[in-house]
Amino acid sequence: MTSDLIQKYMVRFYIAMFFLYLFGPLILMGTTAFNTPKFPTAIPFKEGTLEWFTVLANDKTIIEGLQNSLLVGIGVICLSVPIGLAAALLMSQVHRKVQPIYYTIVVSPLLTPGVIIGISTLVFWDKIGTSQGQDFDAFYYNPYFLTIVGQSTFVSAYCMLIFLSRLQRFDRTLEEAALDLGASNVQVFKKIMLPFLKPAIGSAAVLAFLTSFENYNTTVFTMTEGKTLTTALASKARLGTDPSLSALAVVIVGITLVGVTFHEIYRRREVRKDELAAEAAKRAAHAADKAMAPV
Amino acid sequence: MSDQLQNLDLPYFAIFLTFFLAVLSSLLVLAPTQRGISATWDYLKQVKFIERNGIVVSTYIVIAVSLWVVVMIVAPQFFMVELSFHDGTVAADVNYDYSQTPYTFNNYSYVIFGSGSDDSYFNVLHLKVFLRTIIASVCITLLAFVLCYPIAYYMAQTAKGGTVRLLLICLVLPFWVNEILRAFAFRILFGSSGVINSVLIGSGIMDEPFDFIKADIAMYAGLSYAYILLMIFPIYNAIESLDHNQIEAARDLGSSWSRIHYRVVMPYAKPGIASGCTMVFMLTAGALAAPQILGGPSSLWFTQIITNWFNLGDWTRGSAYAFLFLLSCIVFVLTVMKYFKVNLGELAK
Repeated sequence: MTSDLIQKYMVRFYIAMFFLYLFGPLILMGTTAFNTPKFPTAIPFKEGTLEWFTVLANDKTIIEGLQNSLLVGIGVICLSVPIGLAAALLMSQVHRKVQPIYYTIVVSPLLTPGVIIGISTLVFWDKIGTSQGQDFDAFYYNPYFLTIVGQSTFVSAYCMLIFLSRLQRFDRTLEEAALDLGASNVQVFKKIMLPFLKPAIGSAAVLAFLTSFENYNTTVFTMTEGKTLTTALASKARLGTDPSLSALAVVIVGITLVGVTFHEIYRRREVRKDELAAEAAKRAAHAADKAMAPV
Repeated sequence: MSDQLQNLDLPYFAIFLTFFLAVLSSLLVLAPTQRGISATWDYLKQVKFIERNGIVVSTYIVIAVSLWVVVMIVAPQFFMVELSFHDGTVAADVNYDYSQTPYTFNNYSYVIFGSGSDDSYFNVLHLKVFLRTIIASVCITLLAFVLCYPIAYYMAQTAKGGTVRLLLICLVLPFWVNEILRAFAFRILFGSSGVINSVLIGSGIMDEPFDFIKADIAMYAGLSYAYILLMIFPIYNAIESLDHNQIEAARDLGSSWSRIHYRVVMPYAKPGIASGCTMVFMLTAGALAAPQILGGPSSLWFTQIITNWFNLGDWTRGSAYAFLFLLSCIVFVLTVMKYFKVNLGELAK
């Protein structure tokens, strides 16, 4: 019995250490944002200050980067959510023998290093631009266009996976019933498929935006001019001498925490709603069976 | 002939390729119906794929997927490889239109042999960085596995529902913090006036600060921190579906604790372990931010060398390095998976 108790406490200790390892560096970075020394310092904590947040708010490269990131993020949502949805819808419909090949191709961007996705996007559109004899104002060289396309290459795959997991729970008889009752294919898509996928579309959009927002490896190549927040952050962090970066970290972590928490709550509620609906349907079917039984 | 090839209009080529793929994919979809495509409009409507989705949705699916697969995934990779065979050294003569430079293997031989003017026969500097990238990534992957396996097992088999949910949320949170900021946190931790140095000096263990960044310790620590969570989730998913009775049975039959894990749990969770390891390895080897922020002034990671070629303006050499890097990572992963007898199809799940 005592050995069990010891084991239990050892497991708890290990988990505590693991989470200390996960959160420790982030918490220490957070404290430097409120400390006065010019070089980011957590220990000793001299005096609380909000000075670094004002420095941050007046930093032009950061503000500009934030605007660019928002723009790119919205573009990535608009491109990758529809692509991910189409790819997921096609998955169950391709021929059984082709499916593994198709799956490998569309999942490959997730395992390709971001650096290589960035390089290949840049090279491809540059090649098209030069073959057309375009000058550098053409959209082939536009940093926003390149970044949106480059990021969407792998973000679409994330979106597809989200849609696939949602589609696994789709009841195809609903579709068939609607078709039997005379609905057109477009109507079925609009009135049955899209409402069913609505929570997944929300999740995919959130994930697409967050992934785009924090992407560095691809963006550093495709953003040929100007900077997104992450690339601006990286060039500052390489110098590493300013607590305003920590202040930004605090802001970003704060926003992310709120966002993720809300998203998690929303997702939970959707799942519960689904479960309740399924249960109600089962009960209704059961009742119907019972009612039919004497006949 | 080569002139004609070079003047080929690429957007039209891309459109053609898209169209070709669209036809090909519809053929593949048609294959189970065994009817062929010599069909009229009415007949087309009876095609299984179109019949099921309707013309509008079918068109949307085919166009979106072909655009993604051809224009965004396959063609860029293809043209990157093509570019790597051009001669970048004469690009200035033709106004940096790489397609007008001759084909050559120079960029690939440079990775191994260097410019030839150095003292050594091989390109020692780059080969060293390459080996360091691969070996360090393997070590970091193994470390991540050792650290994450107990947590994943605990969550999947021992912990109760509420605890698991709480742990999962806590694990997801740091994953959403920007990669750059995670690396920056380690810079603060390991800097000369950072927390670790302050503690070491304050407790009297050391007299003066130790330069962790120069000694590469900061970089390795930051890299092992960056992607560790991607190891937990696949393993957790795999172990979760293991019937706890199997573990009980092994225990009742007298198996030791370590033997249960080695003989029962790990073989069962092999696909999850493999996909976790693959992800962590690929992401670590392909990391750019952590080496740049934590690595000091010299190039330590292979991605930094690739980036350097692009900054220096030699895209062909950069592409060659990038392709070689991608290829060796894939070959390495496939070899390891073959050795451990993991099926690619299992991994995909």
